[in-house]
Amino acid sequence: MSNDGGSNVVPGREEAGYDDATAPAGGFRKGAFGVSGSGDTSGFGGLVRVEPGGAVALHSTERPYGGWFDEVTDALAEAVGQATYDAAVHRVLVDRGEITYFVAREHLLTLVRALRDDEALRFELLSSVSGVDYLDSGGPAVTPGRPRLHVVYHLTSMTYRRRIRLEVAVTAEDPHVPSVTATYPTADWHERETFDMFGVVFDGHPGLTRILMPDDWDGHPQRKDYPLGGIPVEYHDATIPPPDTRRAYR
Amino acid sequence: MTTTSDPYAGSRETTEGRVYTVTGGDWDATLGADPHENERLVVNMGPQHPSTHGVLRLVLDLEGETVTKARVVIGYLHTGIEKNTEYRNWVQGTTFVTRMDYLAPLFNEAGYCMAVEKLLGIEVPQRAQTVRVLVMELNRIASHLVALATFGMEMGALTGMTNGFREREMVLDLLEEITGLRMNHAYIRPGGLAQDLPEGAVEHIREFLQVMPKRVADFHRLLTGQPIWQRRLKDVGYLDVTGCLALGVTGPILRAAGLPWDLRKVEPYLGYETYDFEVPTADTCDAWGRYLVRMSEVNESLKIIEQALDRLVPGPVMVGDRKIAWPAQLSLGPDGMGNSPEHVAHIMGQSMEALIHHFKLVTEGFRVPAGQVYVPVESPRGELGYHVVSDGSTRPWRVHVRDPSFVNLQATAAMSEGGMIADVIAAIASIDPVMGGVDR
Repeated sequence: MSNDGGSNVVPGREEAGYDDATAPAGGFRKGAFGVSGSGDTSGFGGLVRVEPGGAVALHSTERPYGGWFDEVTDALAEAVGQATYDAAVHRVLVDRGEITYFVAREHLLTLVRALRDDEALRFELLSSVSGVDYLDSGGPAVTPGRPRLHVVYHLTSMTYRRRIRLEVAVTAEDPHVPSVTATYPTADWHERETFDMFGVVFDGHPGLTRILMPDDWDGHPQRKDYPLGGIPVEYHDATIPPPDTRRAYR
Repeated sequence: MTTTSDPYAGSRETTEGRVYTVTGGDWDATLGADPHENERLVVNMGPQHPSTHGVLRLVLDLEGETVTKARVVIGYLHTGIEKNTEYRNWVQGTTFVTRMDYLAPLFNEAGYCMAVEKLLGIEVPQRAQTVRVLVMELNRIASHLVALATFGMEMGALTGMTNGFREREMVLDLLEEITGLRMNHAYIRPGGLAQDLPEGAVEHIREFLQVMPKRVADFHRLLTGQPIWQRRLKDVGYLDVTGCLALGVTGPILRAAGLPWDLRKVEPYLGYETYDFEVPTADTCDAWGRYLVRMSEVNESLKIIEQALDRLVPGPVMVGDRKIAWPAQLSLGPDGMGNSPEHVAHIMGQSMEALIHHFKLVTEGFRVPAGQVYVPVESPRGELGYHVVSDGSTRPWRVHVRDPSFVNLQATAAMSEGGMIADVIAAIASIDPVMGGVDR
């Protein structure tokens, strides 16, 4: 796992103060009912959110990845050069039969162009671009300046019938990611939606405007700190708060 | 006032005063000599135009009747479904996603539930898989019938519309019998199905299978051979494979360009690899090819439904894990659909564990291990992908839907610029966008 010093690099376990001894196993919750500590699941023990999935953004898989994952990784490293690959991909995660490359934004365009054009890769189709906001996703990963906004690209190779995922993480203070529209024109609306909903600015996009929300809308609704809205409803002498402020199990 | 010359008008002094002679004959030199330059017209089509498939707005630059620029404005039907799922538990998510692409609700449910199941690492029972295939293919027929019906309406073949909706009603009756609702079923749930097929459903589907091929043939007789229909569709809305891939277009549009890319074949799920069916293609790359592909797909779906009926064997329709499976068995009582009396008797009088599970699942829901997955299914409009992220809690951290209508609609400009304005309608009708899915 290399750190190229860019501001958009997901902090490694060390930088984030991740302590394996005290961390919950893998950062994953265990058991269907999420029992920990006293085992109280009644809700009266205090509905505190505990150790949810910082794990999603922190784990990495070591070689070999298995199946065709190694083949694609080798081909990618060969296509862009090992040095560029090492600088660009700082983490790889294989989970549930899917492979995710965590990519530094400086090298995103080099990677997607190679992924589309290289004969051994041939990811012709950009299936989807989506944003994920990991704000307060808890656990050891929360440190100041941690890149909370992730842009996730799902690439499909129709030639080899493979799918991979690229993930670029940026901070909310500097939410700039280069646009991949020059390589994948289909990214146009996807990136506009991600900008609209998460405020990620795609540099080089031909017309980065809001797409689903009205043009004069304030804020980016799918960020986790954006209030859901809604009003309390009174019902039979009880007041039901809006969904995002209700008492809830986590 | 000692103006001696005016750049636009000569003048001379007379006994009545100064007289100007306005010529203005140099406009051609000023503006250029293009006779069509002045005919540039910007037309807002929609968001209420009946042939824009819902609240879609098109901004068209016209020169005469030629479209020089087509811009698509969407978002009028945005309802924040993706955000809302983050505040409901995993089972409730089904109820939200089914409302996105409202012509293909069961595909939304299946895609979402398969994503949740992949996160959970569970496999649903065989019967549930077969019934999922069954209802999805029924839904595909209904969706294609609406596509063909509205296609007819927008091209001026109104009988096509009435016929299409009449046939679709037969499918909706079946889906109502099976799921309880004509649309927005919430029938497919994480772990299986809300309930098994009701008595008599199989017979009714078989009756439908008897009737439908004849209706498809009627549709062919009504439209396919008709010269006006052909001339409105052929060579309209051209988009070849290269254009499709660049713009991310999938589904019937891609298959009408000649690429037999169908996720049911190339990345089979729910046992689609065991069904015998063809992937219809055309090589015309135009609206005509898309029409033919959809017509053929209705026939292929009928074949799949028949095979699914043949292999239905009794069995559970929900996973056995009591910590995931929705506990309540529903039945129709005198006051409507509700928990079956047997289930109420079981949890209230016989089993403390069953009561605990019922209580925990209904109030709290189950937890899904942290991680993210992307699950694509072949919806009637193309690749419907669910990118679902869990943080390990009882609610989704993020649900992103790659809706095929959203992506395919981007091809509007490529399909219609340089063509006639009347062909814009044909091009969009051949995309078959559903704004509920586009705007989510």
